Amino acid sequence: MLDKINKVKREHIIKNGDESSPFAISLIDICKSFGPVQANDAISLDVTRGTIHGIIGENGAGKSTLMSIIYGFYKPDSGMIKVAGTPVSFKQPSDAISLGIGMVHQHFMLVPNFTALENIILGSEGKKGLKSGLYAARKKLKELSQTYGLEVDLDSITEDLPVGIQQRIEILKALYRGAKVLILDEPTGVLTPQETERLFEILNALKSEGVTILLITHKLHEVMAITDVVSVMRQGKLVAHTKTKETNSEWLAEQMVGRSVLVNIQYPKGNPKHIALSAEKVSVTDKRGFDSLKNVSFDLHAGEILGIAGISGNGQSELLSVLSGIIQPAAGQFKIAEELFDATHHADPQKVRQLGVAHVPEDRHAEGLILQFQAFESAILGYEKSPNLGVKLLTDPNINRTYCAQLMDSFDVRPQNPTLLSSQFSGGNQQKLILAREISSMPKVLLVGQPTRGVDIGAIEFIHNTLISMRDSGCAIIVVSVELEEILSLSDRIMVMNAGEVVGTVNKQDATKPMLGKMMAGMTLNVAEKGV
Amino acid sequence: MQASRLPAYVDILVIPLLNLLTALFVAGIIIAIIGENPFTALSIMLKGAFIYKGGLGYTLFYTTNFIFTGLAVAVAFHAMLFNIGGEGQAAMGGLGIGLVALGLGGILPVPIVILLAIIGSAIFGAIWGVIPGYLQAKRGSHIVITTIMFNFIASSIMIWLLAGLLMAPNQMSPETVSFADGVMLFKIHQILNSMGFSVARSPLNLSFVLALLCCFAVWVLIWRTRFGYRIRATGFSTKASAYGGYRPEWIIILVMAISGGLAGMMAVNEILGVQHRVILNFTSGYGFTGIAVALMGRNHPVGIIFASLLFGALYQGGAELDFEFQTITRDMVIMIQGLIILFSGALAYMFNPFLERIFLANKGQKEPENG
Repeated sequence: MLDKINKVKREHIIKNGDESSPFAISLIDICKSFGPVQANDAISLDVTRGTIHGIIGENGAGKSTLMSIIYGFYKPDSGMIKVAGTPVSFKQPSDAISLGIGMVHQHFMLVPNFTALENIILGSEGKKGLKSGLYAARKKLKELSQTYGLEVDLDSITEDLPVGIQQRIEILKALYRGAKVLILDEPTGVLTPQETERLFEILNALKSEGVTILLITHKLHEVMAITDVVSVMRQGKLVAHTKTKETNSEWLAEQMVGRSVLVNIQYPKGNPKHIALSAEKVSVTDKRGFDSLKNVSFDLHAGEILGIAGISGNGQSELLSVLSGIIQPAAGQFKIAEELFDATHHADPQKVRQLGVAHVPEDRHAEGLILQFQAFESAILGYEKSPNLGVKLLTDPNINRTYCAQLMDSFDVRPQNPTLLSSQFSGGNQQKLILAREISSMPKVLLVGQPTRGVDIGAIEFIHNTLISMRDSGCAIIVVSVELEEILSLSDRIMVMNAGEVVGTVNKQDATKPMLGKMMAGMTLNVAEKGV
Repeated sequence: MQASRLPAYVDILVIPLLNLLTALFVAGIIIAIIGENPFTALSIMLKGAFIYKGGLGYTLFYTTNFIFTGLAVAVAFHAMLFNIGGEGQAAMGGLGIGLVALGLGGILPVPIVILLAIIGSAIFGAIWGVIPGYLQAKRGSHIVITTIMFNFIASSIMIWLLAGLLMAPNQMSPETVSFADGVMLFKIHQILNSMGFSVARSPLNLSFVLALLCCFAVWVLIWRTRFGYRIRATGFSTKASAYGGYRPEWIIILVMAISGGLAGMMAVNEILGVQHRVILNFTSGYGFTGIAVALMGRNHPVGIIFASLLFGALYQGGAELDFEFQTITRDMVIMIQGLIILFSGALAYMFNPFLERIFLANKGQKEPENG
């Protein structure tokens, strides 16, 4: 009973605005972990009413988890949420929406063959019968769209509408339920630049009507363009919080990726020789028609490490996938050991491997290993055809086990037991096993994605030393990493990527962290240098 | 398949036995309710399946069918494909045998016709598996849906042919004429009798040996060939398979060919072993029961042999129950079979959480560290 009274009181406060609290939402020491992963670590945050508050961070920084907690999808392990100064606890998203917190998801939650109107009122059709409910809804929606400039043809079938309009339906859906706080999760990921501009106009209109907006994104220019306040998340923690006016995108970029320095050894420079791999205007178009890689050209020399810096999601993953033959370029070409590949001459991982390219993939769990396989089986992934692992069509588990034991011995993989499941090794040991597998093929070109993500300190040093000694023995190496320290420590040259394009390439001795930060935010080399 | 954290022997031995006992327990209660003694019923079933004259032969004959269809489901499952189409693939296998035996019987020497007929059954079954496989790999049509639909298509084709083009002239049942003399597989009892052993008549024929050979072949394929490695890799992770360069689409298509071929060979037992002509509905549900067999046998050939033996014994012993008891009808027997399928198929992992608590509690900290 008390609960109910409290709820009514709270709703009253929120609807009429409690002037005593300037904050629409306050988070106090929110913690949430999934198994061993601490997704949110003691997050405290105040969101001022009537502002646009940006939350930025890389993929996996914990932004989406935090938002899911605010709109009641996850329950925090500890900590408190206050809405308009009143402590609340949400059991489900409907509790949050009843207090005026609405969510617009990255992937729309719309029924494709419903009309816009049907989608908007889904779940709140009214009790008197659908027809009168629809009539009332139509009236209310007309007012809403006029107030905020959210024009939507209510009778169109949703799937026929462009994504920009579908997103407006999502926004209307939240407003229709009385949302005073709107959470938008990566809202521009699916939009064209024009649609993005329209969205920003709408968001400004909403703000001027007193709606509070939480904008989750990893695009810096959007944060700079529209937010009033910005908070940076990194590895589950809130690492920076500032007024947008008082900051710039370079500083934010550094905050997003600047991890605590674990290893910062300056290795001696390599001794580059002939070109081992060259790419010319390679472009990749994904299934949505979005160009994830645009006109990327570079040369990679034997005996050098080319570091690829960038905020994750700016085309680095696609670059590795193209060069290793997993996906095909839409345009452009690349050359490995005099063999040319382009949109018609397809590369495939087997062929590329035969040309002497080894690949340590970014995603160790999904690509690099098969977690359900025993270690000795994962140790031959991609190389199971190799003639010394069996006779003709057959493989021999005994030979494989012995082979794996050798790899484990020379790369210090612990526990040294080839029959354990791949999932039973720690991240560092999994990575060492993959590295062992790839390096033992004596590659001429080595592609390495996130060599030390989720790897303990001891293993980091081992992995770095291994890469350097591979380089010194004449291997051409590409290292993709979101850790600037790692890039600066390992690379001979550093290529910076932003939005699928190469922003510029600098030699190690000329590179500084602030300069790379600016380039990661999309500034060209010349502009970035001026500021140094 | 869910990743079980249980020791292997529990997964392979304890869980199937526990499921079986639960099913028998529930069946026993039902038999008790209708006023019969469950223990008498069980003993009659066992005697009927293994001890009565010819009982074992019949049991092994049914076992043969289950081995083929169980292997078919298991092979597909290693690539994470759920082949529900064993029924249709077996029917088409029968058609393959019929076309070879009727077309070439009397023209080529008998052993060659038999060999070609067996190959025909595998090829026709394989074709019936490859089409859904292709649709899954290249068009994204879900294999479960297409294989189910292909069962109906196969059934319609068989009706159309056996009541039309292939129907034996001057008679009224939908079946072909009998195959040429000698186009059949030897019965095991004939072979044993000629060797001086006295064995009762049963339909058990050389297909049983073929089934055991297939078990061995499947084991080699999945765990000892490079292609089998790729199948398992693709089944566990398509991303890793793409990383390895294994072309998941091709693996799906080839695996469905192998799976369909195995199901198709079930017809060797029924058509070439017993009927010597193609009849309608000879598959009578073996294709579907193969799913339960594979589940219970943990998709391993050895497990499948034992699971097939169990289901074979149920079929044969169940018939004996029906024969002995007035109150236990054929439908009751089907219900008991249904219970076993329910507990060891659909509810196969029901006891897992319970067993995990028992076994992992004892193990304590011995678990290797994760993370």
